Amino acid sequence: MAYHSFLLEPISCHAWNKDRTQIALCPNNHEVHIYRKDGAKWSKIHELKEHNGQVTGIDWAPESNRLVTCGTDRNAYVWTLKGNVWKPTLVILRINRAARCVKWSPKENKFAVGSGSRLISICYFEQENDWWVCKHIKKPIRSTVLSLDWHPNNVLLAAGSCDFKCRIFSAYIKEVEERPSPTPWGSKMPFGELMFESSSSCGWVHSICFSASGSRVAWVSHDSTLCLADAGKKMAVASLCTETLPLLAVTFITENSLVAAGHDCCPMLFTYEESQGALTFGGKLDVPKQSSQRGLTARERFQNLDKKASSDTANATLDTLHKNSISQISVLTGGKDKCSQFCTTGMDGGMSIWDVKVRNPHGPLRLG
Amino acid sequence: MPAPRWKRCSGNILWAGGVPGAGGDRPLGAGAVPWGAGRVRARCRSRFESLTRRRTGEALRAFHTAIRSSPGNTRNAAMKEQAQGTMLKVLTSFKSSEIEQAVNSLDRNGVDLLMKYIYKGFEKPTENSSAILLQWHEKALAVGGLGSIVRVLTARKTV
Repeated sequence: MAYHSFLLEPISCHAWNKDRTQIALCPNNHEVHIYRKDGAKWSKIHELKEHNGQVTGIDWAPESNRLVTCGTDRNAYVWTLKGNVWKPTLVILRINRAARCVKWSPKENKFAVGSGSRLISICYFEQENDWWVCKHIKKPIRSTVLSLDWHPNNVLLAAGSCDFKCRIFSAYIKEVEERPSPTPWGSKMPFGELMFESSSSCGWVHSICFSASGSRVAWVSHDSTLCLADAGKKMAVASLCTETLPLLAVTFITENSLVAAGHDCCPMLFTYEESQGALTFGGKLDVPKQSSQRGLTARERFQNLDKKASSDTANATLDTLHKNSISQISVLTGGKDKCSQFCTTGMDGGMSIWDVKVRNPHGPLRLG
Repeated sequence: MPAPRWKRCSGNILWAGGVPGAGGDRPLGAGAVPWGAGRVRARCRSRFESLTRRRTGEALRAFHTAIRSSPGNTRNAAMKEQAQGTMLKVLTSFKSSEIEQAVNSLDRNGVDLLMKYIYKGFEKPTENSSAILLQWHEKALAVGGLGSIVRVLTARKTV
């Protein structure tokens, strides 16, 4: 477990390069900073200044080494590294509200942008015109799209939005790929087809994630619930009402376990029992060392009782590693099926890397 | 036709013409209350009244009945008012030492529903209601956590 404080401002979004030596993050302004790991320290090597509004989403394509960023200025830029300089290419998204999230597809030939104009822009590169073109998925989205995730087949896209629903669309672009084979989510996949829509929960869907095989999708929403839809069980939805503050980010770390984090400032483990179709809470993963409790004198006890109506001082400071809400989780090594390291960034400007230790292959996971 | 004789029957539903079930009667209550829901409410209230006359352990059954017969998807404001009023009476009739046991006997959905009623009760405080509701709140929070309060705030179907 390693924690590094980059800034005093929140980190709006981050993305890692392929070998995890560089991280691109937005320090809550119009720029993107790229840091490189130098031993135990991080040094800033690039500053990407092109956006006119806060950068809300960054994604780094591992194979083609391109960055895509989107921001509140309603634009997206694709950055390619030429020599030692990142050169931007503007992508016209044809949206009239801020862009909120962006994700490269697994084959990196297209990317999806979710925005406040209640639509998803699927952008792909058109060779003849040397230009990025975009197509829109509009129906039946009724509010801002907050989060996106691609299915491993490069065609299906899961979107969580502020109209309290999670949906899976087909983003099949016939110009760049062949027809996809049938999946558990459906077999006919024309562009914009709605393959799955969850029934309304009561909160904005903050984050959504496909499992490594693509047959499960999990999402967290603002009413403190975590839900999972399993295509193998005819898209049955299992949901868990948590006892914590709302979660903001979720990812699969094996096919049956998820890690989620949010306003409670620490990552939590959840497991999905396939036979019962139920989600269970596995515990908080940030167990602080027990600080030595010095005894309270009687005078201090009475003072506490007078000031705070309780004589225990346990909740005075935050014991977790992150001192503010965690807004994003990314898998570092091992992929979504055998994750051994994941990274969290939050509103305290810090980034921490967590190791996952598997005791035995079918046993519970522990965290270092 | 003779003037109808008003008679109060179980459930405080006014019937014209005497005993319910006899021919020619129609329920005449405030608003268009469906018969099924009315019977549920009536049974709950009469049962509650009889149960609170015998204190020990029966308050718990009244509590469970009130939770179970809570109107879920209705838009009828009158029915919601009735349910809130009944629930408040049940909650205030508990002794402080019995609250914890009652809360522990509920499942997750029950705790969420209880939290919604507690906050609804806070909205219209009566003489002694807030004190007892705060005790209920403390016990329900220990079981349901902050998540149950978040679900009260984000719920789209109010209780």
